[in-house]
Amino acid sequence: MLIEKHKDKITEILGRYPEKRAALLPLLWLAQEEHGHVSEAAMKEIAGVLDLTPPQVYETVTFYTMLNRQPIGKFHIQVCRSLMCALVGTEQLLGWIHAKLGIKPGQTTPDGLFTLSQVECLASCGTGPMMQVNDDYFEQLTQEKLNRILDDLKRDGKSPLATGPFMFPVPQHMNR
Amino acid sequence: MNKYEPILLKNMMQPGYTGSLADYERAGGYQALRKALGKIAPADIIEVVKKSGLRGRGGAGFPTGVKWSFIPKDHRGPRYLICNADESEPGTFKDRQLMERDPHQMIEGMILAAYAISTLIAYIYIRGEFVLGAKILENALAEAYRAGYLGPNILGSGFALDIYMHRGAGAYICGEETALLESMEGKRGLPRTKPPFPATHGLFHQPTVVNNVETLANVPHIVNRGPEWFASIGHPPKSTGTRIFCLSGHVKRPGNYEVPMGITFREMIYEIAGGMRGDKPLKAFIPGGASAAFLTPEHLDVKMDFDSLAQAGSMLGSGGVTVMEEGTCMVWAAENLLQFFNHESCGKCTPCREGSLWLLQILRRIEHGHGRQEDLDLLLRLCGNIAGRTVCAFGDAEIAPITSTLQHFRDEYEAHIRGQRCPFRPQPVADLITVGH
Ligand SMILES: Cc1cc2nc3c(=O)[nH]c(=O)nc-3n(C[C@H](O)[C@H](O)[C@H](O)COP(=O)(O)O)c2cc1C
Ligand code: FES
Repeated sequence: MLIEKHKDKITEILGRYPEKRAALLPLLWLAQEEHGHVSEAAMKEIAGVLDLTPPQVYETVTFYTMLNRQPIGKFHIQVCRSLMCALVGTEQLLGWIHAKLGIKPGQTTPDGLFTLSQVECLASCGTGPMMQVNDDYFEQLTQEKLNRILDDLKRDGKSPLATGPFMFPVPQHMNR
Repeated sequence: MNKYEPILLKNMMQPGYTGSLADYERAGGYQALRKALGKIAPADIIEVVKKSGLRGRGGAGFPTGVKWSFIPKDHRGPRYLICNADESEPGTFKDRQLMERDPHQMIEGMILAAYAISTLIAYIYIRGEFVLGAKILENALAEAYRAGYLGPNILGSGFALDIYMHRGAGAYICGEETALLESMEGKRGLPRTKPPFPATHGLFHQPTVVNNVETLANVPHIVNRGPEWFASIGHPPKSTGTRIFCLSGHVKRPGNYEVPMGITFREMIYEIAGGMRGDKPLKAFIPGGASAAFLTPEHLDVKMDFDSLAQAGSMLGSGGVTVMEEGTCMVWAAENLLQFFNHESCGKCTPCREGSLWLLQILRRIEHGHGRQEDLDLLLRLCGNIAGRTVCAFGDAEIAPITSTLQHFRDEYEAHIRGQRCPFRPQPVADLITVGH
């Protein structure tokens, strides 16, 4: 199914590399973008395209933390727990999320909307505490900001408080 | 205030600068490419970069021109350039800014590097979480193709180059260059034994150069303004040019600051980053990302360059400077970092795979009030059995937080063990004391 739907895209991806297996991560991303996770059916399909065995695909998939083998909540909240964020408030952030959604790391809200994970450094160590929700970064979080973001997501599917293109600090003469 | 003139962050600090091709060209972008392509021989570009003294900004600080010169000249068949945009060393957030705010600067650097080593194909390996950065780079690459800076006959010079994006999928180790190569080939990101080095046997077994984003972003400036200009900045001869230092932790003004190498940590922390948050005393700082040994206020006058930090027993690493105020528990900090290293150990080498878990468990029990007197020697013995016994530098990195905090703050570890609790933090809930992924 994946192959039929994305035939041209897959041909273009294969054209970037002299060896087929190099297209594995890009194709896994394609599958995950389509379904929110990489199912065993998708792995088999991809193995077929790349002349690999399904275990070869599985072996690669299980190495990478961003590839989900199970369906997850619509919004995947990933809170950075590494030292630089922890110094400025990871624990508080997890507490605020718990207060708002009632979930701890590893859990999903009963309505299936939010899944909470703790992840390692996301390269926003100067703007912590921070979290990534699906594709978007949210930095310098406060409880008020967090609550607004979660309300936005629930209501609109996205939040204007997402940050980037990234520059920090913003020079004073550009702030006006 | 940062009184130093930026080189790499200059464009993006101009009001209204968007990072578009038009903006970049208006700021003098792609002039270096026009100057070089077809007019300066590839070997001479390598000489220029060698003469500039530019060293890698990804962590190891290897001289860039020398690395390029290792690509065998007589090699028939393809060779590759890879821009390492995996930026995952805790404490580091400069490449993200370079890519999202001024993508063409890095792309121009890549084209020049590709020309110097005569490759037709280059890849940008970008960490999977940088979705916005990947989009911005995709757009910038498309602009560059349309303008004739990429493609079959660049600026009519006969030189051809294609650049493709390749997204990672969450694995710190893939920033290590040989793990990166494995990952690009569609495999698990397990580092390769060296030699052979990537310069002869890299991507798809072909000669390959891997360079960091910031390293490549410097190249257009060196070609434009000459190696002597570059070599006069910073702390020559070993540390030339600027570095973008990423300040995090308990400073008033965290963020990215580009300065000539060789200023002191005192100036960086107390002047440029505004001093300590809440004016508490400084307790410790990490000078170069999570893999670098902790330093103390005694080291405030150490210069921020390669040699000075090596002499002080740490390293310049990735440029991530993390500042910790008085009251921060050093055992807790080491435990936090070991959780990172344990989670990210790829599992290939036994000392690192098993050792990181044992180290983490011991730190946990000390931090949570269950430490034993013999634990400190046990920690050191374990660290000694990991150092130098792994395929890649990850093993040395994971012990740095422990050996350095034990060296500078041994009394703090002992207080945890004697008092059967952390003197700094409230007692944690028992069910949090679990180890695992
Ligand atoms: C565990 C580990 C992680 C690394 N992560 C990165 C990284 O995220 N980005 C990077 O540019 N270099 C990283 N490096 C360094 C690379 O192996 C390599 O030295 C660098 O990309 C070479 O580029 P440079 O010479 O321009 O610095 C890492 C090294 C190790 C040992
Ligand atoms: S430590 Fe949280 S983003 Fe780096």
